[in-house]
Amino acid sequence: MKEPRELSVQRSTTVSKAALVIGVVTVAVLATVPLWADQSTSRTLVSLLTLIALAQMWNLLAGYAGLMSVGQQGYIGIGAYSLWLLTDVFGIHPFLAVPLTGLFAAAISLPTAALVFRLKGGYFAIGTWVMAEIFRLIVANIPQTGGGSGKTITAVAQMSVDERMRGTYWLALAVAVGAVLVVYAILRARVGLALTAIRDNEPAVESLGVHVFKAKLSAYVLAAFGCAVAGAVVYLNLLRIQPDPSFSISWTATMIFIVVIGGVGTIEGPILGAIIYFALQETLSSYGSWYLILLGALAVVITVWFPGGLWGTVVRRWGVHLFPVQRRLRMGKAGESE
Amino acid sequence: MSLLELEDISTRYGDFQALFSVSLSVNAGESFGVIGANGAGKSTLLKTIAGLLVSPTGTVRFDGEAVEHLPAHKRVVRGISLVPEGRRVFPSLTVHENLQVGAYGKRGGPWDLDAVYEVFPLLVKLKNKQASFLSGGEQQALAIGRALMSNPRLLLIDEVSLGLAPVVIRHLYEALADVVRSGMTVILVEQDIGQIMEVADRVCCLLEGRKVIEGERGAVSREQITEAYFGMRT
Amino acid sequence: MTWVNVVIQGILLGGLYALYATGLSLVFGVMRMVNLAHGDLSILAAFICLLVVGVVDVNPLLAIVVVVPFVFLVGYVLQRFLLNFTLKGDEMRPLLATFGLSVIIQNGLLQGFSADSRGLDAGSIESASLALGGKVAFGWFPLLILVVSVLVIVLLNAFLTRTQLGRAFRATSDDQEAARLMGIDNKHIYALAMGIALAIVALAGVLMGIRTTFTPGIGPARLVYAFEAVIMGGLGSSWGTLVGGIMLGVAQTVGFQLSPGWGIFVGHLVFVVVLAVRPSGLFAKTVN
Repeated sequence: MKEPRELSVQRSTTVSKAALVIGVVTVAVLATVPLWADQSTSRTLVSLLTLIALAQMWNLLAGYAGLMSVGQQGYIGIGAYSLWLLTDVFGIHPFLAVPLTGLFAAAISLPTAALVFRLKGGYFAIGTWVMAEIFRLIVANIPQTGGGSGKTITAVAQMSVDERMRGTYWLALAVAVGAVLVVYAILRARVGLALTAIRDNEPAVESLGVHVFKAKLSAYVLAAFGCAVAGAVVYLNLLRIQPDPSFSISWTATMIFIVVIGGVGTIEGPILGAIIYFALQETLSSYGSWYLILLGALAVVITVWFPGGLWGTVVRRWGVHLFPVQRRLRMGKAGESE
Repeated sequence: MSLLELEDISTRYGDFQALFSVSLSVNAGESFGVIGANGAGKSTLLKTIAGLLVSPTGTVRFDGEAVEHLPAHKRVVRGISLVPEGRRVFPSLTVHENLQVGAYGKRGGPWDLDAVYEVFPLLVKLKNKQASFLSGGEQQALAIGRALMSNPRLLLIDEVSLGLAPVVIRHLYEALADVVRSGMTVILVEQDIGQIMEVADRVCCLLEGRKVIEGERGAVSREQITEAYFGMRT
Repeated sequence: MTWVNVVIQGILLGGLYALYATGLSLVFGVMRMVNLAHGDLSILAAFICLLVVGVVDVNPLLAIVVVVPFVFLVGYVLQRFLLNFTLKGDEMRPLLATFGLSVIIQNGLLQGFSADSRGLDAGSIESASLALGGKVAFGWFPLLILVVSVLVIVLLNAFLTRTQLGRAFRATSDDQEAARLMGIDNKHIYALAMGIALAIVALAGVLMGIRTTFTPGIGPARLVYAFEAVIMGGLGSSWGTLVGGIMLGVAQTVGFQLSPGWGIFVGHLVFVVVLAVRPSGLFAKTVN
């Protein structure tokens, strides 16, 4: 008989360790950008960073909790309007108000979930959309929030441009890095395993006694928080809030495009997808509808023929994982190299 | 003359291989029994013949023609009909409608609504009842009747007796004996050796995806089958 | 009397919503799929009708005989050669694919027809109305739409229960694998179901285009109304869908009467209340 070999669970690989070092260096370099780059660079990066955060939130919903939401624009709008409420009405410092908008959205997301969670699959998707429309219609119809013409966030406008830009930039960076890390942490933790299992086989998980509902609800509330905070950062940059653009479904469309192109259900995918989406937007958005038709066609083609998206294809081809969320069963002692 | 010839069938479900190079041939007019324990690959074998599963290797010849590339619905038109495991009647349709759907493939022949009601008289009074309200035995009768409606030349039946009371099983097998007498070629799959030895002309036994024994009813003893069933032979 | 009139207008509007909802419900019933481009495809039909009318100068009501079969074909091809591939595996795939389609159709229409409002001119029938005394009156054309939607539901029910193909639809809906064992090609059935569903929403799109104006961007709202009617009525119940559509129509017109900005909101509100109180809908068909 052969010697019994020990099995060990391995998570990190050489590639993922290298990715960690590169990641830390990248974030460190990104953190210094406002100190040496010009304003337009910072502004551009704010857009990219918020896209990464938003995409990561949609990825958490769809890729890990199996919830197809087309109503995340509701929480972006809530982020924008609660930023105005907290700063201009309650006089809270804008930078402090940003994380608070997330709490605001999370609080609203609970009763919303109580309603939309009664619907399944595709009907859940349209249900979330209805809820976002309800939020928009309320904001657009009550005079206190400025009705259809909206509001300008004056408290932010009073800051110096430099201070505002730097603060916004660092907040955007924090939100993006935070979104990636939180999703990563969730996936590593037990709840992450539960969510991935939901996606793969719901009845089986239920029989295992995992609290599917709680896991889905946590993902939904967290995504509401994240979308609101990212939305607040976006409007720190834009200053003018209006119901139609703030609650526009094109926000969710953007998230969907990024995640689908990059790869649903991975952490790397949405980051890659955001960069690609951003590059496409910068080069092609002047083509207007043609650009959106191209994005739509890309989403259809990827969904039908390459369901893993770009990153999924990379993983299948080369087995590369930058964020080690999966556990690999290895023969040999723990920590031993191959 | 053989109606069905399987050669080198190795069907898999993803990473799991359920059958290992199974070959067998069934003659026209014959009733053939496949016996095996749970997980031996019996249902996989029937599904591969019916076209719900595809073996990456080997051939399925029906009436001399290769059919392994035909999808299930086209094999029905050729005359292969499967009564699936667990009966799978259409729950929201009435008994009558279930039978009507059975004739969807439009193969002509002796089996029509009247003929089926004659073989399974218990279905007559249930005609307008929704199939989901039927008992297990009634559902099994309906499932067999529904398969007959396509006028198959080869009828595949997956575990008639599953979860049914002995008296119900006996009734169903009596009806099946009528079907076999009518000249229909039948492949019966069972975990239970008892009933099948009375109906089948020939039997084979599957063990962990491999055919371990095959022979005429008289030539194979119960003991041999029992041994093969549990894999006791070396 | 104003309120009686408002309710009548709402009921008539509900007929249109029921038509949208019937298509959505058929597709969901047969293949458990929700087509997020459902509304956009009905607007596409209205624009196709606009093209036909522009080329051959006929009444749009007559153009229906060309538009509806054409859109049926579009639906068949779309399902057979694209969406059927998404039905395996993750239930998110058909949603993502149809969401992409929705974006393509909206922007394609925007590119081809601009964002201007369009209308289909069916002549005098559009404005003909019957006064019932007081302030109560109803238009013949909205009434025609309601009659058409009742007729479509009756015909669809007859098709599903009385014909061999209809039974095959229901069998496939119950158990697609068992249906294949009956000789039913489920991919063909799915494609036919999508074809029929889109033919129905094409009809709805053209009738709506005659009744009011339309722009490339209003598709998603049609999808939402269809969805609200389906959920309020109860999944799988065709007459429930009609009632759901009428409830939504009445809620919206009552809302508009109260304050124009809140009309759609009141519709959503009624939907939310039904969802909260009776999540399975008012006429839910118990399955099994």
